[in-house]
Formats: sequence, C-alpha cells, structure tokens
Amino acid sequence: MSNKKHFKLTVNGEEQEFLAEPRELLIHTLRERLRQTGPHIGCETSHCGACTVTMNGKSVKACTVFVAQADGADITTIEGLGNPDSLHVLQEAFKEHHGLQCGFCTPGMITRASKLLEENPTPTEEEVRFGMAGNICRCTGYQNIVKSILAAASEMNAAKEAAE
Amino acid sequence: MNKELTREERTDALGGMGCKRKRVEDARFTQGKGNYVDDIKLPGMLQGDFVRSPYAHARIKSIDSSAAMALDGVIAVLTAEDLAPLGLHWMPTLAGDKQMVLADGKVLFQGQEVAFVVAKDRYIAADAVELVEVDYEELPVLTDPFAAMESDVVLREDLLGEGGSLPDGAHGPRKHPNHIFTWEVGEKDATEQVLDEADVVAEETVYYHRTHPCPLETCGCVASMDKVNGKLTLHGTFQAPHAIRTVVSLISGIEEHNIRVISPDIGGGFGNKVGAYPGYVCSVVASIVTGVPVKWVEDRMENLMTTAFARDYHMTGKISATKEGKITGLHCHVTADHGGFDACADPTKFPAGFMNICTGSYDIPTAYLAVDGVYTNKAPGGVSYRCSFRVTEAAYFIERMVEVLAIELNMDAAELRRINFIKKEQFPYQSALGWEYDSGDYHTAWDKALKAVDYDGLRAEQAQRVEDFKAGKTRKLMGVGLTHFTEIVGAGPVKNCDILGLGMFDSCEIRIHPTGSAIARLGTISQGQGHATTFAQILATEIGLPADSITIEEGDTDTAPYGLGTYGSRSTPVAGAATAMAGRKIRAKAQMIAAYLLEVHDDDVEFDVDRFVVKGAPEKFKTMKEIAFAAYNQAIPGIEPGLEAVSYYDPPNMTYPFGAYVCVMDIDVDTGVTDIRRFYALDDCGTRINPMIIEGQVHGGLTEALAVALGQEIAYDDMGNVKTGTLMDFFLPTAWEVPNYETDHTVTPSPHHPIGAKGVGESPHVGGVPCFSNAVNDAFRAFGLRHTNMPHDHWRIWKTANDLGLHG
Ligand code: FES
Ligand code: FES
Repeated sequence: MSNKKHFKLTVNGEEQEFLAEPRELLIHTLRERLRQTGPHIGCETSHCGACTVTMNGKSVKACTVFVAQADGADITTIEGLGNPDSLHVLQEAFKEHHGLQCGFCTPGMITRASKLLEENPTPTEEEVRFGMAGNICRCTGYQNIVKSILAAASEMNAAKEAAE
Repeated sequence: MNKELTREERTDALGGMGCKRKRVEDARFTQGKGNYVDDIKLPGMLQGDFVRSPYAHARIKSIDSSAAMALDGVIAVLTAEDLAPLGLHWMPTLAGDKQMVLADGKVLFQGQEVAFVVAKDRYIAADAVELVEVDYEELPVLTDPFAAMESDVVLREDLLGEGGSLPDGAHGPRKHPNHIFTWEVGEKDATEQVLDEADVVAEETVYYHRTHPCPLETCGCVASMDKVNGKLTLHGTFQAPHAIRTVVSLISGIEEHNIRVISPDIGGGFGNKVGAYPGYVCSVVASIVTGVPVKWVEDRMENLMTTAFARDYHMTGKISATKEGKITGLHCHVTADHGGFDACADPTKFPAGFMNICTGSYDIPTAYLAVDGVYTNKAPGGVSYRCSFRVTEAAYFIERMVEVLAIELNMDAAELRRINFIKKEQFPYQSALGWEYDSGDYHTAWDKALKAVDYDGLRAEQAQRVEDFKAGKTRKLMGVGLTHFTEIVGAGPVKNCDILGLGMFDSCEIRIHPTGSAIARLGTISQGQGHATTFAQILATEIGLPADSITIEEGDTDTAPYGLGTYGSRSTPVAGAATAMAGRKIRAKAQMIAAYLLEVHDDDVEFDVDRFVVKGAPEKFKTMKEIAFAAYNQAIPGIEPGLEAVSYYDPPNMTYPFGAYVCVMDIDVDTGVTDIRRFYALDDCGTRINPMIIEGQVHGGLTEALAVALGQEIAYDDMGNVKTGTLMDFFLPTAWEVPNYETDHTVTPSPHHPIGAKGVGESPHVGGVPCFSNAVNDAFRAFGLRHTNMPHDHWRIWKTANDLGLHG
C-alpha cells in the first residue's frame, strides 16, 4: 500500500523534508518521524488536546491532521517554545503553581495556552477556562492550570510594560 | 558559615517534610522531555495491534489470516492456537481466575482480543487487522448480573467440572455457573435481629454504575527479547513493576533475574495500570518469536472497552436506628458485575476488596456484608479507580444510606452524622466488620467544615428557595451535599494482604554518596503523585541532607528493591514508611560515626536537624555532610565503611484518612443542568509531607469524583455493545465544567506510621463522589425524593424532576 509522497514542514524553526504516505497523521510524523515526542496521544479523536501544536499560527490537534494537509506548514511544538536555558514564561508558571502532575497533558496544555495568551493577552479566569476547554487533564482538576496561565499572563504583561 | 544559621534556617534549608517544595519532575514534563512508553523507539521495533471481537458473546468458528499475512510489512498474526503450545493462550488474573490472552474458541465481551498482528509500523498493523477474517457464531448475551444468575446460558464452560458439575472457585463455593464467589463479613443473624427490633429501618437499593479510570495516557508496553543474552526487557505502563516481573516470569518460565521490567514516566494510572493485560503477554511472545522489540499501545477505544473498568456494584442496604437517630445496625448485600473474567485487582483474601469499610465513619455496633460476584458479557476489571480496593463503593453506599435514614427519621443529615460518629476517644476503634481504625477526630473536622460553609445559613437559604420554587419565583433548586468519609488505605500488612501470594510490604534503599548527596530507590512508581519530590522531603527530614541533594528513583526492577507498587494510596503509608525507616538506619550509623569523630560515647550525641551534636554542648557537632565523607574516608574501628541502608516495611495496620466535604449545587429543574456553586473539602491525611502536592491531589480527585457522579459511565446495550467507547460519549470534564475548590485540613497523625502520614491521593475521590451525588439527591428531598442513581447527567436529573412532577 505504499504510495509515498514528498512533504516539507518547518518544525520548531527547522526545515524537514521526507517521504510519507499522505494518510500519515501529523502527530505520528512529529513523534515518530521527527522525534518530537513532546506532543502526546490521548485519544486520536480530537477530544483530549494532548497532541496540540501550533500550525501556521493556530492551535491544532495534530492527531486529526493528515501530513498531506500540513504540507508546507510552519509548526511549533512544546520543544520549540523554550529551552532549558530560557524557559517560556508558561513553562515556569506551570512549575511554580503546580499546574501539572503526571505531565502527559502538559505539553499540549502549555502549547495551547501560549496561543491563547497571544490571542488574548489579558484573559479573565472564565476566558482561560473556555479557551482551554479543548485540553483535558485527568490529574490536576484544572484549578492550578488556570492559576498558572493567569500568572503567566500577568508576568508577560508586566514584562511588556517594563519594556515600553 | 553553617554555624551562624539558626535552627529554623537550617531546617528550611533542608526542604524537608511540611514544606511546599516545588516538584523536581516538572522541568522535564514542561519541556516535553518526559519519557512515556509510546516515546520509546528501539532499533528494528515492530508494532503490535489487536483484532478484537465485535460481539459480546460468540463462538469462533474460524480465523483466516492469510490476506493479512500477504500484506507487505506484516510479520506475524498470532492466535490462541499459536500461544497454546506455550501455555500462554490463557493467563492468571490477579483475582485467582484466569483470562484468555487471545480468544480460545469463544469471546465473552465486546472488544475481546482475538488475534495479535505484528507489523513493521502501526499503519500496516492497522491495515492488517482489517484483513483478518474471523467467522463468529453469535451466542445469547448476558449483560445483567441478576439475569446471569438465573440464566442457563453458561458463560464460562472452562470452569465447569465433570458432567457439568460446579467446582469451587478461587474464593469458595459457587452457586451457579455464572457465579464467581460469595464473600461474607460480620454477623448475619445478629444484624437481622437488630433490624427486626429497631425503631426505624431505612432500606434502599443503590447502584454504583460501571465507569473507567481513563488516564490520559492509555496502557502499553515495549517488549524486547535479547536472544544473545537471554534477557527480556519490558518497558510498560505498570503501576506495579515488580509484580509484573514476577507474573511474567511465572507465566513465561523465564527466570526472574533474566527479566527487567521498567516503568518509564506514566501518564496517570488511577488503577488502570495495575493489572496484566493480553497486550503485554502478546508483545512478549511476539518479541521472543521475532527476536526484535515489539511495541503495543492501546488506543482510547480499546482502553475504555477492554482494560480495567471500575465499580458496577448493585448494593442493597438496610440501616436501623433508634427514634433519636442512634444507628444500631447495617446490612448490605452486593451483586458485583465482574464481566467475563474475574480480573479484579484486590488483595487475594479480599475478593470484594475492603468493601467491609462500609460502616464508614459511624459507630455501628452490628453489621453484616455479603457480596456475590457474577460473570456477565462485559469487559473484565473491577479495579480501584482512584481509591483503595472498593473503598469508593463502600463510602458511597454508607453516605447514601445515612442520607436515606435522615429522610426516614425526618432529621437533619449533618446532625444525624454527628451523633453517630466514632468518638475521638474510641480510637483505636474496632469496627463491626473487622477493621481497627487507627486514629480520627471526626467531630472536630465536621464542626470545622459546617462552620466554614455556614451550614445553618445554607439550610435557611435552601428552605427559602423551595418556597420560591413553589411560588413560581424560580426554576432552580438548591442542593447541599454532605459527606464524612473514612478511607482505608496503605495495603497492607503481609499477614492479611497479598496479591498472588506476594506480601504487600514495600521498600526503600538509600545510598549516601561521600560528598553528602544521596540516591534512594523505592518499590513504588509515581504516576503524577510527585514521588521524586515528596520522598526526598521525608528523607531530608530523617537524615539531615537537603532534599535537593537526594535523587529518588523508581520503576526499574533491576535496580529498585522489591515492592508492590503504587495504587490504593499505598505509597506514602507503606513505601513512605520504608523510606523513613531506611533513613533511620542511616542515622543510627551516622550517630556512631559522629560519636567517633567527636570522641564521645554514642549516647552522648544527638541528632539535630542536619547534624549530630554533643549533648549539652551544641557548639560541638558534625554535620551529616561531614559524617557522610568520614564514612568513606576514615577507618573507624568496629564500623564498616560506607553509608547505605535498606528497609522493607511491613505495615502493622492500614491507615484511615478521613474528611468532611460540603457541596453546594444549583440545579435547573427544566434542563437538568447542575452548577456547583461551592465545594469545600477538609482532608485529614495525618502528617502532611507537602501541602502543595496534597492540595493538587485533592483538586484532581474531586474532579474525577465530579466526573463519575455527574456523567461518566461505561454503558452497554442489551447486545453487549459498549455505548460509551470514545471520549465523545465518555465524560471527562474540561476546565469549563470544573469549579474552584476550597481545601482545608485537620491533622490527626497515624499512631503506627513512622512519620504519622496516612496518604491522600484517593480521599478526594472517595469522599467527592458521594458528596456530589448527595447534593443532587438533597436538592429534591423537599419534593419526596429518597434516592436516585448516578451518574447524574442532565438527562437523568431532568427525568428525576419530571418523575417528581416538577415540570407542571
Ligand atoms: S490525541 Fe489529539 S485530541 Fe486527543
Ligand atoms: S497532569 Fe496528568 S493529565 Fe494533566
């Protein structure tokens, strides 16, 4: 059943070219082909958000995108958000406010939250809860996730103000 | 410099017990650098996938895998026939039953494993699964345990004796071919007599529906047989890696030292990852056959449909009391639906787990419990979903029965609880059903909780709401859910707790390095509880080295000492105790070294936070860091070099955490929509190791409780089709549906635990489920409702309102 096609993606700033079946799911391309194992698989039906990445500036669930649909796209995964020497504000905030337990939802959560804060830099608690409703966490009960995101928002805004 | 620090500063510098230490695990998880089983990719690794039965009960006439085998990239298709020569087509369950690894002539539930495809990648494997042709002959389906006990359809012919006779099962005599066991505790005749003679008896049938732990990461493994060295390495989502190694050894015949089981990071467990599943066995066999690593990771549907359901308890209760409300007796019968195989994960001597904690927080002099386990055409399991063995069932039962009794007595449910609580001075308390509760102060917790929520004010508001509703001024009712639960966790004493004959002790091994840092290894495995953080805190306090200088390692059977793993809130009560005890052994040796260095007698030095000081002369001391170095570089007469210790801890008793919860809920009578206005949770888990982590556990447990109480269900139709097999129909609350919780605590240490800790991970679930359910039931109390079953989804609540005539 091999009908491989040529694809090109930019993942975390690096160009990637490879042959794959068009039906390959983006999450498998990222995790297995490109070894970006930060985004996880929790359902493969678009419900849990563990696979969330940013594709062309939008949050998408990589489990329900074919690689063919992503051809040419610019993709950011959790691995591209920060690095050990300079963590993303959200990564720090999740650590600080106990926004994670088993960590399985965390990459998707943080990736989604980073987009949410771009879309709405000063969200209310309600807006955070609504904006994060596509990401399921089975461990934390969300309270500290919401707290982490709100804390990150204030910190980012404070930094912005200081810079201005 | 150290000298100038005060005692408090030195204590703070350790980051020991009681502080809100940030988690050491988080750096890797927040950067996407966790290492979960599906992240593992070994050279040449193949992928396994199951052909599963679409039928709930059917005979298998034939399996044709030729088309699948013809597909490019398919390596093998295993069926029961291939496994039979190895004796691996069936495997033992944790409950003393056996379970088919691959369908042996018939299937007993929808989704049952029929054939195992091994292919070069997951896409080819999935294509091949479609190409395997199985010819089924449908058989009558039994999804109702009561019907199963009457039916002449035999589900498990393999358990029949000669001429259709009925040999005893693992837990004694069986009454019917579809019956598994009867388990009785307490005094039947005496209880019946008390009920007969009582002023008041309340009766109710309470069904605790079937649900599923559904951790965000599903179950899976990578089996890797190294044929050169004869070593099998098995990575997997195992809550009990050592037990898995022993089981794999027993069923495969590979010696235990040649098996290395590794639990990498685990994406939540909640009981789902305690058992052994056919996928593990098939992966091991496939790796042995092919000589290369084989990965199997179930998808979400497979997870919900096949691995480890929870509950499915039909409970019938009678509770008696005096006119004044003093409870005199409790009678409980359970019909337990175990599905097609008895694969419950309970200690061997407890086929219904610790259901006999069902007298709850109350001083009930006489009680009787009987549980009948029954086979049906549903998936096997019966695991403890975020609870110690069957403790949520027990807590739900008693907390509903007390509410029903309050209605019967026309009493306030909070007051009824208060006059029946076991009193502080009664501990250690012997319950009528055989437990010795270690410690508790229920009245203090209860009063604190009721005061915090202004209980009387809530009742007044509720009464006003009922008036307004009757006057047509509102369509919303208000429920006040109460719960006082007592858990039983920390299984357990080897004298009565074992799984497959393995005693339920746990262990810790510590090595102090010369420069004063350390590694400790445990027999448990974290699945989000933050063990690497909290166990280091216990040790920091015990041995006086900073928590940041202590690495905690778990989950590798080649390096970790033997232990029974993490579930049933046993890590802190058992492994936490082992950790403290091992730490004390280190300290005992350190004391001798310190005395030698300070040139005084052993008895003349004492431990002080991070050092040993000469008694009465605190300026003369040796820090633990100095002592550690001396242990490796000084020849001390009569003392071996090095500083290491190991402890295997067999707990003398279980621990009994408790809590007082209040839920305030508004219910829209016309839509059935619930709004949790307030949730207050007071937990008493004894000594608190890390308040931040405790609070996180409470939030998470309550949210899983909300899910179960308000909608989460594994439902079947009459044909045995799973109706809730995806996250579309299986309710997992999102941030949008979940309230903010208020947490609180009292501290009643466990008297028998070395640090007084009791465990907390499951309390909020155990207490939360009845609390949410009581709130729903309570909202309708004024309109004559006694009890309605969970899950209280919008439709069922609407139906309740409709049945009560509230829609006009
Ligand atoms: S795996 Fe993509 S949404 Fe769940
Ligand atoms: S931290 Fe475990 S699923 Fe969110």
